[in-house]
Amino acid sequence: MEILVCVKRVPDAAENEIVVGAGGADIKREDLVYSVNEWDNYAVEEAVQIVEREGGNVTIVSMGDSEAEEVVRREMAMGAAQGLLLTDAAFDGSDGLGIATILAAAARKGEYDLILTGALADDGAGQVGGMLAALLDWPYASVVNKIETKDGKSLRIGREIEGGTQEISDIETPCVLSIQTGINEPRYVGIRGIRKVASIEIPILDAGALGLDAAAVGAAGANVRRIDYFVPQLGASAEMLEGSIEELAGKLVDLLKAKGGIR
Amino acid sequence: MDAKVFVYVAHKDGKADDSALELVTAAQSMFPGSNPVALVAGSGIDAVCQETAATYGEVWKFDQAALAYPNAELLRPLLVKVLPAGAMLLLPHNTFGLDLGPGLSVQRGVTYVPDVVGIDGLEGTTLKVVRQEFAGQVSAHVHCAVAKGAVITVRSGAFRPAPAGAVAGQVLDRSADTAGLSARRKFVELIQAEAGDIDITREDVLVSVGRGIGEKENIALVEDLAEAMGAAVSCSRPIVDAKWLDRPRQVGTSGKTVKPKVYLALGISGSFQHLGGIKGNPFLLAINKNPKAPIFQAATVGVVADLMELLPVLTEKIKKSR
Amino acid sequence: MVHEPFSPATAMLAGMPAKVLFALIPLVGLVCFAWIIARRLAPLLRAAPHPCWQRIPERILLVLKIWLAQWRQPRYMLAGVLHIVVFFGFLILGARSMQLVILGVVDGFVWPGFGGTLGAAYNVVKDFASTAVFVAVAILAVRRAFFKPARYAVPEKYGKDHTPEALFVLGLIATLMISESAFEGSLLAAQGESVTSATVLTLTWGFARTLSGLQTSTLAGINLAAYAIHDLTFFFFLCFLPFGKHFHVITSLFNVFFMRLQTGNIKPVAYGISDAQLDDVKSFGVKEFEDFTWKHMLDFYSCVDCGRCSDRCPANAVGRPLSPRFISIKARDYAFEHYPLFGNAKADAVPLIGGIYSEDEIWSCTTCGACEEECPVGIEYIDKMVDLRRGMVDDGLVPQSLQKPMSALEKRGNPWGKLEKKRAEWTAGVGEGVNVKLVEKGETAETLYFVDSITSYDDRMQKIAQATARILSKGDVDFVVIGKDEKDSGHDVRRFGEEMLFQSLKEQNSEAIRASEARRIVVNDPHAMNALRNDYEDMPPVQHVSEMIALCIENGKLKLNPLADASKTYTYHDPCYLGRHNGTYDSPRQAIDAIPGLKRVEMKGNCRDRSFCCGGGGLMLFYEPEEEQRMGVVRVQQACEAGADVIVTACPYCLTNIEDAIKVAGLEGRMEVLDLVELVDGQLQH
Repeated sequence: MEILVCVKRVPDAAENEIVVGAGGADIKREDLVYSVNEWDNYAVEEAVQIVEREGGNVTIVSMGDSEAEEVVRREMAMGAAQGLLLTDAAFDGSDGLGIATILAAAARKGEYDLILTGALADDGAGQVGGMLAALLDWPYASVVNKIETKDGKSLRIGREIEGGTQEISDIETPCVLSIQTGINEPRYVGIRGIRKVASIEIPILDAGALGLDAAAVGAAGANVRRIDYFVPQLGASAEMLEGSIEELAGKLVDLLKAKGGIR
Repeated sequence: MDAKVFVYVAHKDGKADDSALELVTAAQSMFPGSNPVALVAGSGIDAVCQETAATYGEVWKFDQAALAYPNAELLRPLLVKVLPAGAMLLLPHNTFGLDLGPGLSVQRGVTYVPDVVGIDGLEGTTLKVVRQEFAGQVSAHVHCAVAKGAVITVRSGAFRPAPAGAVAGQVLDRSADTAGLSARRKFVELIQAEAGDIDITREDVLVSVGRGIGEKENIALVEDLAEAMGAAVSCSRPIVDAKWLDRPRQVGTSGKTVKPKVYLALGISGSFQHLGGIKGNPFLLAINKNPKAPIFQAATVGVVADLMELLPVLTEKIKKSR
Repeated sequence: MVHEPFSPATAMLAGMPAKVLFALIPLVGLVCFAWIIARRLAPLLRAAPHPCWQRIPERILLVLKIWLAQWRQPRYMLAGVLHIVVFFGFLILGARSMQLVILGVVDGFVWPGFGGTLGAAYNVVKDFASTAVFVAVAILAVRRAFFKPARYAVPEKYGKDHTPEALFVLGLIATLMISESAFEGSLLAAQGESVTSATVLTLTWGFARTLSGLQTSTLAGINLAAYAIHDLTFFFFLCFLPFGKHFHVITSLFNVFFMRLQTGNIKPVAYGISDAQLDDVKSFGVKEFEDFTWKHMLDFYSCVDCGRCSDRCPANAVGRPLSPRFISIKARDYAFEHYPLFGNAKADAVPLIGGIYSEDEIWSCTTCGACEEECPVGIEYIDKMVDLRRGMVDDGLVPQSLQKPMSALEKRGNPWGKLEKKRAEWTAGVGEGVNVKLVEKGETAETLYFVDSITSYDDRMQKIAQATARILSKGDVDFVVIGKDEKDSGHDVRRFGEEMLFQSLKEQNSEAIRASEARRIVVNDPHAMNALRNDYEDMPPVQHVSEMIALCIENGKLKLNPLADASKTYTYHDPCYLGRHNGTYDSPRQAIDAIPGLKRVEMKGNCRDRSFCCGGGGLMLFYEPEEEQRMGVVRVQQACEAGADVIVTACPYCLTNIEDAIKVAGLEGRMEVLDLVELVDGQLQH
């Protein structure tokens, strides 16, 4: 199978404190550590496992600047033969549709049987995969937690829906799937793994190479614009208790008893 | 702006989803004065349509055997067909909305506004909403150009449910529009999550543990507390992902929905995915080391403390108090 | 030389001179033996290189101490003494055995020089020796067959019980002793009491007395039979040795000669490849059997199956899937199977992980070194564990629980992913007018206090850093801390197999340390100490703060107040990397004992080099093992049994693990733990 996996370089949410910068135009980024979006990492692992079983190639693609190359290379170290970087000043400020348009142009340059994205990223929208599928006119499934290849023409997939229930469907290929965390256990990539792919060339494609009109992407083409970041005024919130551990425990016992928490 | 507003009403086992009532409020906040039309698709859905018509002025019914299971790939072409140009469509932001919405907005050539948690208003053809980013750590003001229409997904619980049964709406049967639908993704079956030996949805008192517990072995302290209280242990998603507790114990949108009277949130940050699984406004006691944890917004009572220090002492006191 | 009435070299057997048989047996025996040894050497010829010919005088001393003087045997007193008897018996009987072999062909053969008094004296000694060996072997057999000491047990997953093999060999040895004594005794019986040279109360004497009075022809028959049995048994035993745990009889001398000379260090990825060349190495670590060095293969051959390593292994004690003994035995059996006596070595190189070893088995090791401390034949385990982990890391087989901290170490230089600029935040809270100098501010000093990650970032451990700073200040030590450019020492990154990340951390730290211009380094974290002393190169001398405290108490710089509450009993827990790996047992004890009024007890049998690991440090804090209970809980129970109320330790990881263990064991209020520097800091006279 020829698989394309779309990855995004994001601030590492767990290891960083996200703080709004002065004026709210952006968050403070100087101290942030970046890495690949966690959902995308699961997608890459899944693609590599499929190709290890069935043969084929995995290509990693990311839209971003030169720093995104580091992420593409790290994901290639998981077992992908090729990488692609989509870079152009004209791409800045793209909304979800803009990003999907750019990725679609890159996808059309290859002959892929399957495109994987992560189900969510740092902005919590989970939109790019679905839009990409529609732009390519391919079938789509989101929050996929299981992929089984059936014959050459379709896949049996599982989606993780509410309540932990798994929705099983058959989807025709080529298709786009957005991947949920927990679908597999991603392999470890250390410094050595990355050094092994250090010399592989990662082609950089700009708007021209992708055949894109600058007006259709980037801030110029965006219908959705983030104006600022802020931390909302805290409304009615919890009554906070104070005291030493002993005192707190005492108060809590009384409270729990009063509310029927001790049976 | 004089747009036609539609709401997709999800339903299960003959009953409309809670989101149906919330989306009415959302629609009216975004487009004041609009009378949103409910779209109900499925098979054998007369009862749902009647129920929905009591809140929505107009219900469009799409009844067809092939739609018995809500397959977004089948529903998308249907909606492209029936939604007029320039229409706004509101969806719940859940796994169905995520599945349907983005592709639908592209096929309709309209703007996609995902996971709205608040509205600032409509100014001309610019819809001003509030979204969250970075797993809810910050909020953002977002402006969306909706002149040509939009597909908008709305966060569960962000808007209050409208009062049901306030209207005597009518149901229009548009099932004819469902003829000739096909999709390249076919529903096969549902696999329910393992029942396990515990059903937390029936418990009145839950002691819930999150990532703040630190290590797997420390969960023993939570179990001791639950035992002393006569309560059951539940948890948030990261605990299940790490395989420290089984999935049947997970509370949240991808886990179980619980309606306890008393809920202890220990070391739980309070993401909306977790809170989305707690209904019925219980007495929520949150204990967390981080005073800025979002859980303290949702909690009734909060304590900033180290679980490793507080839990054993609390358990002791409860045992002594019996 | 008294005329002998009969002898094997002159006897006739089935119409043929018996000496033909007695020439044949050794010949066949030696040829077989040579063949077997050659086959056993085959995998070693394919193995990775292992330098062996350096520091010969030290190696000779080790051989004299560990091999000849059996230094480690008495650690298990009963078995140890019995083995010493058998070992020295074998050494003494060596001359006699070889004489016997030759006697079958060369009539009346005696070693040159053994004709007169020396020979007579030797005869006495050898009689006692063979009797003593026989008695020892009998006791060992009874012990094995009936008392079945726990450490010999073979858990089901490792196969069949080894007792039959053990009893068989004990039987062979007994046969050798009996047949030799019967041979001599029958001859003496034939020569009459007056020429008896049998020493009283030896086996030979017993046979001589029992057999006296029998007809000469009968005695000749017994003599011949005894000789034949001895000859056959001897060569059978010789050829049998390389098939099981008694291979150690041959290999132990070499194994001890080539054993590690230094503790605390880790072998390089490959001997002969410098750190700068590591990028070119195609495959890291041990993935297949042939990736081991020849010395490690020799280790597998030399395993005595005594179980002492597993008996002291903390991972084994808490039910983790690791038993060091079976690391050796399984690999040995793999070698036997894949390098058979006849036919080619099996070409299908099977990966070790997933084959004879499981992933969890290898991740379970805390590198505490208890196994290596016990092994009577100098088998090394830690380097093998690290090599196997290097192989797993190379192939991406790292447990999810370890991937996050490793990634955080790469990005932020500490396993929790905390911000670099917060690394020296603890310095603000030292108090008492102590202003901690920081390299990040351009300050320098004679002494560098290398804090390392856990002590810098953990809320609880920061108190240790602050106490250390106060003590250093009180002791008039001019010191500086690196600050935000200090990275994790990488000690456990290396021991968990991520060699390249370790090299990166080492490079960065070495530069920062050089920038501090310090001429000595002091640490409170034994893992950091071990890394700087044994993993890093060209570093100033490193000292643990306990050594510095002991020195300052001695020279009066630090004076300690008596305890306010003298009712408690204290015990000291030896951290693995301070004690076993680096030999510092006394300084912390001196420091504790210098506090007037303090009552201290030892955890007898579990202290000093037999200290029981707290659970492990560094990345081991993040690993989620499958175990029946925590190592820390076992340790806390040992402290309880010793009668202690307070455990004092000198390592932040020990402190973390033991604090947690006290809670999990439900002993809060009845057992406390604190770090040595906190104890001393609390008693400092101002």
